[in-house]
Amino acid sequence: MTTPPRKTTEDPTTSSGWFDAPENVRKILLGLFAASGLLLAIDVAFFLLRFDKHPYFRWEQWPGFQAAIGFVSCVAMVTIARFVVRPLTKRREDIYESGEKGGRDA
Amino acid sequence: MPEFLPPFLLYLAGAAVVPLLTGRARQIFALLVPAIALANLYRIPEGIHYQQAFLEFELVLLRADSWSFVFAHIFTLVSFAGILFIVKENRRLDLSAGLLYAGSALGAVMAGDLLTLFFFWEMLTLGAILCLLARRTPASGRAAYRYLLVHVAGGVILLAGLAIHLGSGGSLAFDRIDLAGPGPVLMFLGFGVNCAWPLIGAWLPDTYPEASIGGVVFMAAFTTKTAVYALARVFPGEEPLVWIGLAMATLPIFYAVIANDLRRVLSYSLINQAGFMVAGIGLGTHLALNGTAAHAYCHILYKALLFMSIGAVIYRTGKSKATELGGLYRSMPLTCVFCCIGALSMAAPLFGGFVSKSMIVSAAAKQGESLLWLGLLFAAAGTFLHTAIKVPFFAFFGRDSGVRCKEAPLNQLIAMGFIAVLCVVVGTFPQGTLYQLLPYEDATYHPYTVGHVTDQLALLLFSGLAFTLMIRAGWYPAEIRARHLDAEWFYRRGGPLFFRAMDRLLNGINKAAATFLSSAISPRVGIFFDTGAYRIACWAMTPVWFLRGLNAERREEERQSLFRKSQRGAYPIGLTAFFAVVFLALLAALLAY
Repeated sequence: MTTPPRKTTEDPTTSSGWFDAPENVRKILLGLFAASGLLLAIDVAFFLLRFDKHPYFRWEQWPGFQAAIGFVSCVAMVTIARFVVRPLTKRREDIYESGEKGGRDA
Repeated sequence: MPEFLPPFLLYLAGAAVVPLLTGRARQIFALLVPAIALANLYRIPEGIHYQQAFLEFELVLLRADSWSFVFAHIFTLVSFAGILFIVKENRRLDLSAGLLYAGSALGAVMAGDLLTLFFFWEMLTLGAILCLLARRTPASGRAAYRYLLVHVAGGVILLAGLAIHLGSGGSLAFDRIDLAGPGPVLMFLGFGVNCAWPLIGAWLPDTYPEASIGGVVFMAAFTTKTAVYALARVFPGEEPLVWIGLAMATLPIFYAVIANDLRRVLSYSLINQAGFMVAGIGLGTHLALNGTAAHAYCHILYKALLFMSIGAVIYRTGKSKATELGGLYRSMPLTCVFCCIGALSMAAPLFGGFVSKSMIVSAAAKQGESLLWLGLLFAAAGTFLHTAIKVPFFAFFGRDSGVRCKEAPLNQLIAMGFIAVLCVVVGTFPQGTLYQLLPYEDATYHPYTVGHVTDQLALLLFSGLAFTLMIRAGWYPAEIRARHLDAEWFYRRGGPLFFRAMDRLLNGINKAAATFLSSAISPRVGIFFDTGAYRIACWAMTPVWFLRGLNAERREEERQSLFRKSQRGAYPIGLTAFFAVVFLALLAALLAY
């Protein structure tokens, strides 16, 4: 989750930190959803008001274009990494150490 | 006393003196070297300096122009932060390696000719392997060896290209060369090895996670960016670079998503960001090239900050894997803040990367390269997810690993704070800082337009949203203790295979030859020299003994007597004369023939 860094200066000595409390996690999530919604709303408003974003391509003016690119790219890349790249390339962690001089390392 | 010195000279002298000093003196001296170098850098007037005749060549050891200045400037700044980061341990090797590495990088980017460039290019490899050895583990030693092999191969390719280029009438000038003919193509590939292109760049994520915590800060800054600089000077606007850059920007993302070691994630992310720079070089417009220089500058800053924050985690916990970390914001709150600043600096407005990466993306759009533009947007979103969110999340937030430790030491915090401030200053006030340093003044760029800021925020926030939803839905792949094979497999498995094949073949030949010589030839030669004369004499004398009518017993006696004489080397005069005659006859026959 995206977490504003300034909130991390909470008291570090307590064993259960600020981010452990479910209500705080909920606050962060709500903040994230609200910010996303707000940006989408701004984009739609820009589109309706015909605000000129100085685009190079005409798709850039479509409302939510960048948001969609961001979201779809991330889902696509995680899905490919998980279901294509990992099954093809996953090996034991010490795959190389076993055959090398000095054996496994820490 | 000259007004200014070549920066590499200051650093190399510093690297040589550091091991001679001890205690506090060594620490202060190591910090003074980059500080003096920065002051010295500002004193170098534009133009070429320190020309030196070498063989039939005229070398230019120092070329100061807007291109070399922007790289030299950031190299000097990051070398200061890097030294500060490791100064507390006060180790001879680490400090000396850092200065040597920085000196080589400065020598390379300020080189005025290709031969000087090549010299410092090779020295970079030396600096990097010292930074790997500074980790002092068996794995880092092996990584250093692999690094050396790959980079020696790359260096040989570059040198071969340079030699062919010179041989076919090219000049030593470190300037634009057309990518045509074997010479330039080999040089192109030689640069590509150091630039970590797809397949030939597998050395980077293979070895960087093994480096020392400070060494990797230098490694992340110098080697690939020197290669970017060389490509930008020699091959700007070459079409293949656009697609190589796009491949670099996109392919490593998939590995970064599933890699467990956070420094390996950062290594893949490094290649991905260098991909933006390479694509910018390929576009070749002034805006794109400015973007490349600017992005190299910003990327060095935030990648150094990210590597430092994970380095501080390793320093305190000894761990760098996502499976072993989590929840460290309790123990290392300041390090966590710096890591988040480094992460935001990859793309977020007000932080470094936003003002540099978008120059390249805009340049792609301006050229009408819609495919490249979309690819770079995909890469930008991906980078934000796999590095800017993943690294802080798995190290400092996420599942609590139960690891509790002290905050990073003061010198590390100051080093990170120094870089973090630079990230914010450059990102917030680019016009007064970074943009002043860029090579081309005619390509002005204004990152802070309403449309650009909202667009970028939308891209990043929805990447973050995707990450959050995927983590909560369990769609995001779990971090597991595994190694994901990349092209390093070809040399880590292929290398030993090649070695074994060569071992069988060459050592087989060797062994056969040895067997043949030692057990077939040499005993016979020995026997010949030992008893050969006796045997020949026996053979020659046997008819004589028959003619003399000697019986078997007498013949045996004669043989024994001959044998004793042969062992003493005392033949009767007649026999010696006989051999001499035979020898002369043979010689005469040979000559006549």
